[in-house]
Amino acid sequence: MADAADTPMLSARALSCARGRVRLFAGLDLAVRPGELLQVAGGNGTGKTSLLRILCGLSEAEAGELMWRARPVREVRDDWKAGLLYLGHRNAVKDDFTPLENLRFSAAIAGEALDADRALRALVDIGLRTRLDVATRNLSQGQRRRVALARLLCGTRAALWLLDEPFTALDAAAVAQLAGAIAAHVRGGGAVIYTTHQPVDIDVPTRACVNLDDYAC
Amino acid sequence: MLSVFATVLRRDLLLAWRRRADVLTALGFFLLVTSLFPLGVGPEPEQLAQIAAGVMWVAALLATLLSVTRLFESDEADGTLEQMLLSVEPLAVIVLAKVCAYWLLTGLPLVLIAPLIALQFSLSPQETGIVCATLLIGTPTLSLLGAVGAALTLGLRGGGALIALLVLPLYVPVLIFGAGAVDRWRAGLDVDGNFALLGACLLVSLAVAPLASAAALRIAQD
Repeated sequence: MADAADTPMLSARALSCARGRVRLFAGLDLAVRPGELLQVAGGNGTGKTSLLRILCGLSEAEAGELMWRARPVREVRDDWKAGLLYLGHRNAVKDDFTPLENLRFSAAIAGEALDADRALRALVDIGLRTRLDVATRNLSQGQRRRVALARLLCGTRAALWLLDEPFTALDAAAVAQLAGAIAAHVRGGGAVIYTTHQPVDIDVPTRACVNLDDYAC
Repeated sequence: MLSVFATVLRRDLLLAWRRRADVLTALGFFLLVTSLFPLGVGPEPEQLAQIAAGVMWVAALLATLLSVTRLFESDEADGTLEQMLLSVEPLAVIVLAKVCAYWLLTGLPLVLIAPLIALQFSLSPQETGIVCATLLIGTPTLSLLGAVGAALTLGLRGGGALIALLVLPLYVPVLIFGAGAVDRWRAGLDVDGNFALLGACLLVSLAVAPLASAAALRIAQD
């Protein structure tokens, strides 16, 4: 399996991205292998979110090629989609549902089975034990973020996590816990691409960083 | 595929149950418009019976047009739509489930309340039956076509006006076949043709609208 571990899970060649008439970045190459952590850095407006949206297929790149496990993504669209989990700025959490209902529906929409016990444990672990029966509208910003992040803790088949500013609005304890979950996923042979403006210590053997300021136009 | 359909359907129904007030707007509009007509036009039974089908159909069409704009709005706003696009399940199936839930919440109540409205217009039992049957086949078509408009105008300012422009031309045939059925029956003509055409409209939109909406949603999220 040596070559399987060497094959990049997701790689991009000569990506460029434009938003409206503004070209954000061009000529970007990146690759993330199993067991790797990749941070996308860059100032505000350099295209971090746009890059993540391109990598998960929500947006179309202006130019460049995207490969999933060394195959062009349009040939392996189903594997690509099944293999990744994207959490954006917006939590995809419904105000009218309780945290558990939210978790159950978001897993079902993704097409994944959710073990109820595991989901409950994930919510308790992430610090929502006293809020299990409360409609999400009554939770704070940070707690809503936790509801969204609980999906990462309750076992997903996705090998690659794409996390856009996952640490926003979280307190120190939740940041540490999420960092632990990311590290565990990476050590278990998964991969994570994330963006952040906060210095967060994630304990993994290999990490890489792409700075979009270097590719700015 | 079936399970994601069932889940999204259940989810949308549950959401609607938690915000009941939103759901009643379309029904309230329908009731209001159809109840004002007898007051405005006057109490002559013959005259009322003549305009009944047209008024009920136009009211149902406008009620759909007013409420369908919100079909994808809340999922767009909170990011759920992104997750739907990223799902391994076909987006068209998810869209179809959303439209089904929408029809059960706004279209079906109109059909169920229609017999009561028909009383105000002094329609005979047979005429009432025909109006209800045309609405039963016609309102799902209105919901499906409306979903395409809602997907195309998602995230646009002034989307409401645009959706009317986009969707109304598609609504017109449904309106003509639907409202025309009672007129034909009153004239002693055969109404099978109207029902066949309404059914054909429903089948075509059932086949095309979810795919078209899904494609429009992908573009809207880019």
